[in-house]
Order: sequence, then C-alpha cells, then structure tokens
Amino acid sequence: MSDWEPVIGLEIHAQLLTKSKIFSGASTRFGDEPNSNACLVDLGYPGVLPVLNREAVRMAAVFGLAIGAEVAERSVFARKNYFYPDLPKGYQISQYELPIVKGGKLAVQLEDGSEKVVGLTRAHLEEDAGKSLHEAFDDSTGVDLNRAGVPLLEIVSEPEIRSSREAAAYMRAIHSLVRYLGICDGNMQEGSLRCDANVSVRRRGTEKFGTRTELKNLNSFRYVERAIDFEIERQIDVLESGGEVVQETRLYNPDKHETKPMRAKEEANDYRYFPDPDLLPVVIDAAFVDAARAALPELPAEKRARFERDFELSPYDAGVLTAERELADYYEAVVKALGGEAKLAANWVMGELAAALNKDGLGISASKIDAPVLAGLLKRITDGTISGKIAKEVFEAMWAGEGDADAVIEKRGLKQITDPNAIAGVIDEVIEANPTQLEQYRGGKDKLFGFFVGQVMKATKGKANPAEVNRLLKEKLGPSGG
Amino acid sequence: MQGKSLKELAAALAAGETDSASLTEAALKRIEARDGELNSFVTVAGEAARGAARAADERRAGGESGPLAGIPMAQKDLFCTQGVTTTAGSRMLEKFVSPYDATVVARLREAGAVMVGKTNMDEFAMGSSNETSYFGPVKNPWDPERVPGGSSGGSAAAVAARLVPYATGTDTGGSIRQPAALAGITGLKPTYGRVSRYGIVAFASSLDQAGTLTVSAEDAAYVLAAIAGFDPRDSTSAEQPVPDYPALLGESVRGKRVGIPKEFLDEGVEPGVRETFRKAADELAGLGCEVEETTLPNLKLSVPTYYVVAPAEASSNLARYDGVRFGHRAADPKDLTDLYERSRGEGFGAEVKRRILIGTFVLSHGYYDAYYLRAQQVRQLIADDFRRAFEQYDFLVGPTTPTAAFRIGEKTADPVSMYLNDIFTIGVNLAGLPAVSVPMGFDGKLPVGMQVIGRAFDEAGILSLAHQYQQATDWHRRVPEGWEE
Repeated sequence: MSDWEPVIGLEIHAQLLTKSKIFSGASTRFGDEPNSNACLVDLGYPGVLPVLNREAVRMAAVFGLAIGAEVAERSVFARKNYFYPDLPKGYQISQYELPIVKGGKLAVQLEDGSEKVVGLTRAHLEEDAGKSLHEAFDDSTGVDLNRAGVPLLEIVSEPEIRSSREAAAYMRAIHSLVRYLGICDGNMQEGSLRCDANVSVRRRGTEKFGTRTELKNLNSFRYVERAIDFEIERQIDVLESGGEVVQETRLYNPDKHETKPMRAKEEANDYRYFPDPDLLPVVIDAAFVDAARAALPELPAEKRARFERDFELSPYDAGVLTAERELADYYEAVVKALGGEAKLAANWVMGELAAALNKDGLGISASKIDAPVLAGLLKRITDGTISGKIAKEVFEAMWAGEGDADAVIEKRGLKQITDPNAIAGVIDEVIEANPTQLEQYRGGKDKLFGFFVGQVMKATKGKANPAEVNRLLKEKLGPSGG
Repeated sequence: MQGKSLKELAAALAAGETDSASLTEAALKRIEARDGELNSFVTVAGEAARGAARAADERRAGGESGPLAGIPMAQKDLFCTQGVTTTAGSRMLEKFVSPYDATVVARLREAGAVMVGKTNMDEFAMGSSNETSYFGPVKNPWDPERVPGGSSGGSAAAVAARLVPYATGTDTGGSIRQPAALAGITGLKPTYGRVSRYGIVAFASSLDQAGTLTVSAEDAAYVLAAIAGFDPRDSTSAEQPVPDYPALLGESVRGKRVGIPKEFLDEGVEPGVRETFRKAADELAGLGCEVEETTLPNLKLSVPTYYVVAPAEASSNLARYDGVRFGHRAADPKDLTDLYERSRGEGFGAEVKRRILIGTFVLSHGYYDAYYLRAQQVRQLIADDFRRAFEQYDFLVGPTTPTAAFRIGEKTADPVSMYLNDIFTIGVNLAGLPAVSVPMGFDGKLPVGMQVIGRAFDEAGILSLAHQYQQATDWHRRVPEGWEE
C-alpha cells in the first residue's frame, strides 16, 4: 500500500430529460441540424428574457429527495459571467450561493459487493452552453447552440472518495439513480452525463488536503478510473521528487492516456457571480415536495437490499440486476412467472440473456425474448423436460425467432430422456462398444467414469437426464478398482 | 388635430372627422419638416406607418375601435420592433433589425397604434441628457441650446414639440420622469413589474421599467391601460389585475394625505424650482389634499447605491454584444480576443464603457461584498423608508429634478454632476414604485416638473392626483415657442 492517500470529489453534470430547455421553449432533442433548436432566448438576442421550466425544478427536487437531501424552500439563480462564443449571453445562468439541493448521501456498491456511503455537497440547476466546432471549418470556429440552454443538474460530491475504483462506482451509482428517477437518459456518448474530478493526494494519516487539480472530459466510467489513476500517479511522482502540485484544470486525453493542463495562459477566472435579476427566486412549497416524494420509485439501493433479502441473491448479483430499473423489472417478471427459482433466473438473466443482448448491442427493453417467455424456458429445466445444456440451445433458437421454448423443443425433438429403461439400454450399448475402457475403469482408473457419461450423452444427443445417467452408470459399471 | 388629447383624437376618428391615414401623414410631414431642429428621431418608419394607418382605418371601417386605434406615436429606440432597426442609441446596434416585437410594441400594435418611428436616446439608456447617443444629442424644443434630459430625450422632445401625441420611454433611474420634467410634458414610470420588459434592450434588469411620455396624465392613463399587465415571457412582470385607468382619473383626491420629503427641497435645489414647487404644493392643498412635510432619511444614499447596482447589472447584460451573432463586428479580427476587444471597443461609447467598467469592478472577487452586497442592503433601507412613509401618506411629492434643463455640453465633463440630476428620481426605481412627473410651471423660460410617487401598483392613484392637478392648472398645455403650429 502506498504512503499516499488520494482524495477525490466528483462533479457530475446530468442533462435533465425535459422536452424544452430550462429557460426557453426550444426543443432539447439531440443530434438535430446545428442551431435548429436555438430560439431567440438561446441566442441571447437583445431584449429576450428567461422563463424557468418548472419540470426541471421538479426533476431536481426528485433527485434531492432520492438522496435524502434538503430540497431548498428558496433557491436563487445567479449569473456566472465569462466570454466565450458558445455562451451567447456572456453569462451562464446557474445557482451559486443558494442551490436547490443541499447535502444528501448515496450508498455506492463497490466491485467486491461491499458498500460505501458518499456524501453530497449539493446539486444545482444550470443551463448548458453551446458547442464550439473547431474541426469543420478552415481558420474559423463554428458554433452550434442546440445544446445552449439544455437543463443540467450539477451534482457535487464531498471529497470522500478514496480511489479511482470508488470514483467509478460512485459515478455508476449516480448513473443508475438518475435513470431510475427518469430525470436523465444517462447517455454518456451524447454527453447526457458528464464528469469532472477534483483529485489530490496526501500522506496517509494526515488530515490536511493536498493541492488539487480538476480533471475534465471524463466521459465514460473507464475514463474516470483511468484518468484518476494517471493523475494520482502523476501527483505522487511530483511530490516524491520534491515538487509541488499546481492547482489547475487538466484535460484527460483517452487516446494517449494522460492529463495535460488546459491553456495555462488564463489566470484564475473571476466569474463575478450575482443573483440573476431576470428570474425570481425559486420557491418550493411543501405540497410540491410531498407530491414529488409520493411519486418516487423504489431506488437502486432499496431494490438491491430487497433482492438480496427476498431472492437470496449475493450482493454482487443483486447489484448487477438492479443497476438498471428495466433490468430489475425484467428479472422480477421472470421470477414471478416462474414462481420462484430466483437463483436460476438470476443466472440466466445475467448469463445467456446478458450475453445475447450484449452481442446484438441491445438494451434490456429491446430484448428479443420477453420475461414470461424466458420463464417458460426455465420452467422446462425445472420440470426436467430438458437439461440446462439443452436449454442453451433452445435459448439460441428462441433468440433467433424460432418461437417459444415448447415450440423449439417440440420441433427439434429436444425433450429430455428420463425413462430409466431407455437410458439403461443406451448404457448397455456404450459399455459393449468400449470393452477396453471398461476394463481400465474396473482396474482402478475411475476418471473414465466421465468418458462413459460423455458417450451416453453423445448417443442421446445430450437429451438424457444427466442425474439418471449418473445413477444408472454407477450401477452398471460397478466400483472402480479393488 | 395637432395638440389634441388622445381622447379628442379618438373622438374625431370615431366621428369620421379625420382618419388615421391623414393623422399619420401629418405627423410624418411635421417630423420631416421640423425634426432636423431637434434630432429626436433615429429612424422614421414612413412606409410601415402608412401601412399601419391604412390597416387601422380598415379595422375601424370594420367596426373595431379603441382609444389608441389609428393614432400616431413613437417608440423609444430601446424597444425591439420587428422589421425596423432598434439601435439603443448605439453604434453597436446601428444596423440591428429585431426579428420580433417587444411586448409593449405588440400590445400597442394590437391596440391599433401607428408607430411613425423610433426616438433618439442616450446610448443603452445610460445618460440623463441624451448626449451619449451615437446618433447625436437631442435638442430641447424650449431652448435648442439645452438638453431635453435623458435617457428618453428623443421621446420627450418629440412629444413636447407635438411631433407625435405620445411616445414610449423606459425609466431605470429617472429616464422617463427627468426628460418629461425638462421638456414640460407628463412622464409616467409604472411600478416595477407593471409593464413587461420583454423585448426592451436591457440596461439594469432590476430597475428597468417601460412607461409613457404624454402631454397629460389623462393621455398616460389611456396608454398605460394598453401596455400594462402580466406577460408570461417576463418572469418579473406582476400577475396583478389591470384597473381601468382612464375611468379612475376622476376618483376624489379630497382628504388624501400628501407628504413632501424634506430631502426633495434641500440646498441642491435651484431656488426657482423650489419656489415653483411651493406653488404646486399649494394647488394640491387647494384640491383638498392634506399636505405636510416628511422625511426619507436614506434617500441621499440613492445615487451611490444606484451607481453600483445599475452598472453591475449592465456589465452583465451588455456582455452579449460580442460581435459574434449580431450587432457591430470588428473587421478582420485576428483572433477571438481581438474580435471581442475591437467589436466592443468600437461599438460602445465612452459612458457605456465607463459603466461596464464600474459594474465589472463592483462584482469582482474581493469587492463584491463591499460594493454590490452593501448596495443591495442600502437599497433595502431606501425601500424601507418609502414603505414607512406610505404607511402615513397616500402620495409623496417633490420637484422631479433639482434644476431645469441644462446646456448641452455643460455636464459632460463631470459625470457625477450629471448623475446628481437624477437624485430625486433614482430612489423610486430602487424601491420599485410608480411615479409620474407633471409640468408644474417654469424656472425662467424653462419648464420644471413635479413628481408624484405612489404605493406599488397605485398608478391609478398617482394618475388621478396628476389629472386633477392638471384640471386646475394649464402648465401641461403650454407648447414651446415656435412649435405651436
């Protein structure tokens, strides 16, 4: 273990799933023709004024309630002033001294299944900026303002994260939560969820924080982990060679796997925050909060605990199955249709089904096999109609659209042979055909038992009931050796 | 028809004695013939006006009518008007054509008003003399060597010279009332939130308010009735019912309690102004009001407070003029910083730059608490003074300005003395209250005004007091020499 302890805090920007922008009626749709979703308010035309989208406020409140935070009765929008071409007004409307969500905490499941609770400082509403497009034009920069004014919830954690893995796990937990709440689609490729990290290191056992750097552009769980790892190593190297960490903003380059300072020229920006006089304070009454609270779904951590308890799943399995609300719903539907067998259902959902979805690049909601249909297949395993091995073949056929489990079993003649007489007949034939192996087995080479099982299964095209094959083979072969 | 009140014009139109086309043509002719002497218009929109007049006449023929229908007017060049340039008196927006109408413009258009043009003003409404306009100073029709006040100087001069029956203005620290006083007309600044700010080029958002420049309080009532009311596009506009202002003008003022804050009559006030005001106060007593002296102890802090708050907001509001999307753009910028520096350096005039610098400074890290935050606290104290006074009084009155119109160039070298001309008007903006300035006589040959301040949303009250004062006096009917016909 290193002498150095990393101290990490994350700032996550989640794009809220409102239909229109936070201060204008323009659409928030992604991927449209540049500047086609930018109205006069988004363009910052002379005389236009912002009008707050109440739905964005509701979504922020819902997030606050989900993390057990205080949803402020009164919060205030402020202007963050700076010049940039993709910031049309010359200021970003954000929240500064009085954010809408204060405090809260989130239970984060780590890879080993254990749990860490991360405290949150705040979450506040703000508008997104546009995008500068440097590549598409010679000698000049294009500006696309479709994104300008899209509502963001900036979620700020306390500096309580102690490793890159915890950071990634925390980000996964936020990702999962905002999707559960239906307030963000979590699409990181489209920038719907973005992450900056504040990273410093200190000698283990000391209290005082080291000088931190801010890492930008961490737009996947993997980049969060890798960039923080790189930065921790870099800072330790600097400190151990007698240098000092400089407080600065650094950009992560995933191709080169390194962080580099952003233009060093700028001295600390003075954003000259002040309350936006065009907007009234956001006042939230108890009725609004109560309604939002009543509409809260079961949250990932609650669901995870319930799955562990009711379905007797391991913390890891429960974590995987509850990471997405749709996946958890699917799993529960399978268990319900199956009337139990929760572990078998978990293995199939996390195994065959997950692999098939992954191979086809599909989400659970686009699964080619619905939950009751998958349950139908699993029922044929539990009632002994087919073996687990055959079930995999049936699953593939079902995935390929050949119908439900019974149809595939019928059509392909895959029904399991359980009749002891039929199996005994096959065993007799196998023993007769392999006298050498029989002699060796009886001479003490007990590993050959598996050979006989294999031969029987081969002769029955895998359809023989494995338990019955084992029992009868033992009977017929007799003991191995003396 | 010139010199007629809005009520008389509406009656003449209704009786078929004239039509909108004739009124509009007459206004355009007069502007064409005489505005060279004043420079009160930046843009004359003749074709658009003739079209609007024809439309108004057709609507009237179709049975529609209204107190403003078919009557010519002018918009201060701070209101965005679709298809007609909106310059805000600045080189920055010299060629800017708004793609939309301000709410005030749209409401007047809907009421059948015929806009003949856009009036000159101090650049971005920053000024008290109309001398900061990129399009040159406006002259006061009472004395062409003197300023008409500002920032709505063009609107004030145009109405004083009877080029148009009325014009719109905006008032952030006195920009309607001060020029109205200096040009001998009636200027109404409604309560903050009474009239939508949507489509008004922003100066200081927490203070800006649209209002009217008219000959009389009665005319103001008609125009206010058309432009007031909640606008979903302005979050700071008030969801308050709009009274029938013209119908309430006759409400009795007998027994109303009128306070004269002694700070309005301190040593900075010209003796001639003070004397004129005494007579006006006597008139109010003659109308049956109970007039007595009172105090607004923190009013003296209003100018320094204002010159922190307003520039702070302005420095941010004017950041959007960066040469990227609209407005002046420097030629051949060599990089982004050069584009910003030269576009803004060339586009803005000296007073605008001064206020952007002040505003940037007071919001800066390390100075915010000492300036911006402190100013907000003092603003609250000033508002509290007014609140306390209005527990005792229905109206507060005083001279609108400490002096009559000053000479062009007289104060340009000394911004602080210029700022002090708004000393009696600024506090009203800081407190968000309604006030009207009415002509109350002359200091020598120059008109001076009386300001009537009311409780929030009591426009009906201040207009009724102003109207009844105007029934008893004829100062508002005086027309500057040479502009009678």
